[in-house]
Amino acid sequence: MSEHSVEEIKKHVRVYMLVFGSLAVLTAVTVVVGYLELPFVPALIVALLIATVKAGLVAAYFMHLVSEEQVIRSLVWLSLGLLLVMFLLFSVYYVDQIGLMIFGF
Amino acid sequence: MQIPFTVAPRPDTGVNNAKIGVWLFLASEVMLFGGLFSAYIFLRIGAPEWPGEIGGHMYERASDILNVPLATLNTIILIGSSVTMVMSWASLAMKRFDRYRLYMGATIALGFAFLIVKAFEYGEKFSHGYLPAENNFLAIYFVLTGLHGLHVIGGIIVNMYFMWPGARMWKTDPKRFTNRIEIAGLYWHFVDLVWIFLFPTIYLL
Repeated sequence: MSEHSVEEIKKHVRVYMLVFGSLAVLTAVTVVVGYLELPFVPALIVALLIATVKAGLVAAYFMHLVSEEQVIRSLVWLSLGLLLVMFLLFSVYYVDQIGLMIFGF
Repeated sequence: MQIPFTVAPRPDTGVNNAKIGVWLFLASEVMLFGGLFSAYIFLRIGAPEWPGEIGGHMYERASDILNVPLATLNTIILIGSSVTMVMSWASLAMKRFDRYRLYMGATIALGFAFLIVKAFEYGEKFSHGYLPAENNFLAIYFVLTGLHGLHVIGGIIVNMYFMWPGARMWKTDPKRFTNRIEIAGLYWHFVDLVWIFLFPTIYLL
């Protein structure tokens, strides 16, 4: 993030407080949904959805990604892409092992 | 020899070297925690019951064995510390060193508060003999939260350096010091980010 005037920083501070409020509310929602004891799949979807929104708020505003240079944003997308590849590779391996167990090939 | 582009942005990347260095480090951290999250997912998929049998009792939900109120408190503490961290950077950007000290002090205090709550949580588990060797759920719980805790300790050490000895730079090179706080903040927010995913996946699902 490049240099900013005092006025700009004051605007940022207001945004930080709004983000803090949103994160606190979303944490409360996560806990309440946890106590509802929903079936596993809906509970998983809701929990991950809320966590992704919270993580997005932290990354975008506290880590300044919303106003960051392209090179940093590309780096973030690249690391998330590699994370996805890692999950997929493990999943393929797992499915392969299950296939071995079930079908014997 | 002076280290180049510590303050001024490098013409080809558009950012200073310290910032791109920290982001590269964070990219490697994504893979570190991502690998352990994968371990968690596959241990869980492969388990007939989760958390399963611990100390002779069968547990059907993680929230039956873990302390959700304490973890919720820790979530609020960590989110709060992210706000104070970003406010310490904003204070420097507004040339308010006194406020920087206040917010950085609060960030360090909240970091310690997180660790104290975590110590209570661990102590409760240890007192019941619930150790990592007991079952897969406890093993991955201690590995993930333990590694995260080590990151919190690392962040506190960095923040304490910038609170006291490192703060001398404010007098000699305020722009560079402000950049340092921004990138120390990037790391701290990342630690918060990891917890944001750890909390629901380990404690609530």
